[in-house]
Amino acid sequence: MRARTPFTVFRVVALTVVVLTLIAPLVWMVAASLKTNVDIYDPGKALAFTPTLENYTKVLQQANYVDFIVNSLWIAFASTVLSLLIGVPAAYSMSRFAMRRSALVVLMARVIPAVSLLVPWYYVFSNLKMVGGFSVLILSHMFVALPLIVYIMMGYFDGLPLELEESALVDGLTPIGAFRRITLPLSTPGIATAGILSFIFSWNNFMFALVLSGADTKTLPVAIFDFVGYASIDWGGLMAASTVVTVPIMVIALFAQKYVVSGLTAGATKG
Amino acid sequence: MSASTIESSARPLAPARATPTWSRWANDHRKWLFAAPAMAFVAVLIVFPVAWTVWLSLTDAEGSVRAEHSFIGLGNYLTVLTDTTRFWPAVLRTLEFTGGVLVVEVVLGMAIALLLWRPFRCEKWVRVAILLPLVATPVAVGMMWRLIFDPNIGLANTVLGWFGIGPQPWLAGEQSALPTTMLIDIWQWTPMVVLILLAGLTSLSDEPLEAALIDGAGAWQRFRHIILPLMMPTVIVAILLRGIDALKTFDILYATKGKGGGSFHEVETLNVYAYGLSFDYNEYGISSTVLIIFFLIIVGSMWVLTSRKKEAA
Repeated sequence: MRARTPFTVFRVVALTVVVLTLIAPLVWMVAASLKTNVDIYDPGKALAFTPTLENYTKVLQQANYVDFIVNSLWIAFASTVLSLLIGVPAAYSMSRFAMRRSALVVLMARVIPAVSLLVPWYYVFSNLKMVGGFSVLILSHMFVALPLIVYIMMGYFDGLPLELEESALVDGLTPIGAFRRITLPLSTPGIATAGILSFIFSWNNFMFALVLSGADTKTLPVAIFDFVGYASIDWGGLMAASTVVTVPIMVIALFAQKYVVSGLTAGATKG
Repeated sequence: MSASTIESSARPLAPARATPTWSRWANDHRKWLFAAPAMAFVAVLIVFPVAWTVWLSLTDAEGSVRAEHSFIGLGNYLTVLTDTTRFWPAVLRTLEFTGGVLVVEVVLGMAIALLLWRPFRCEKWVRVAILLPLVATPVAVGMMWRLIFDPNIGLANTVLGWFGIGPQPWLAGEQSALPTTMLIDIWQWTPMVVLILLAGLTSLSDEPLEAALIDGAGAWQRFRHIILPLMMPTVIVAILLRGIDALKTFDILYATKGKGGGSFHEVETLNVYAYGLSFDYNEYGISSTVLIIFFLIIVGSMWVLTSRKKEAA
């Protein structure tokens, strides 16, 4: 099917508009993070300005952002690994034994408004003196990661042919052995997809840490939110902080583009 | 069958410790053994809190979470359902926000997906541009747009100025705040709809389209009578996935307007309202009631959509 020229022109124009709309705000954010606050208020210096790293040094040194980066990394990493550990075998069982009702229970976690869980969690965890600690943040982020992982991995296992496992059984492996030595190694792309997405969702999560984190365990999104809590907004600092939280995740997404896309669209085209 | 003995003789180092009985038991019960940790996690962290929320909604709990509270039956439900100052406006805003962003995101998403459908040069870069908003941290996105929509120094009013349109209050206006947050949501999540629909378009078979082309069907006719009906299940999946998240939108609303959805509650949706009741005002009884009603709204709309999907499939 050859497209005719007017359509090609229209397509190029339309897609340029789309790309500009999607990218321009991000460029604007990064540009503002490299400006002094005086330049931010000067419309004449929208793009022609002398870049400065002042905002970044301010944010990274004075505002303890390095600590928050480490917190966010640790919570995202731990919750992803733990969710993979319990989520992958569960997804395998739910796929192979068609446990659709159990799967539905896990997926309910995606539907329930998180606020309704936070009050009971807060009560129980504050009685256990856990509020403000890493363990409760990791647990709460697992709540986001687990349904995601189960959903993606169930789809993945559904698509793996049974024959490989069956021939492994014939060759003398136990069913668990076949899962460990045959199915798991074959599932690496699926696990990578699930792991990367769960890391991104945990890194971006705001509400759980807003309620459950303490001064030492604050994650980046909460730290950014606290930035505007006082009097007038330091736009340069705020944009530097926002850049610090978004750019790493965008870099990860770019390098793992294939996995991110397949995870986000998982199950979308099945009946 | 002595599968485990064969395995241990073939690989003497690995499972020697696991006694055959334990190993056989584990293999026989692997279905539940594999599922148990995840199920237990979900049971403890979801089923118990949900039951607790139902209980709280029937009590007068407020103040400290540890304070005494007593059973008051359906009193909270009566209070909430007759509250026309906060609750019903929040319901309307939630529906306006969700309905509005869904319509725009699906229409725009379909248009962009169709533009991207057939391969072309620079395709890779367009796909990168589509991915970036999607993975950006919503709180940071909210802050970014706060600067852009700032009535005095924002880029948005500058751009409007190029077209001779006067400055708008955007997030600062009582009427314009909610539509502005919807614009932010559309910017961030239309790419998600594009990806889902693009996956659907790519998996369409070529035959019906080629047949239509031979029959001389125009572009619009092909879209209306061939592509759209075939894509309906995928469109509904996109609406379903996006709808659940749109109903529960919190981050960008809280990041742009703060507590209570702004001083006039102009962007206070059900989720923001319930969060405020729980953690800014400690009205646990009322907040649990709002959450139960909110949950029923979410489940109800999902149920309607899934039944539509079955019809379309």
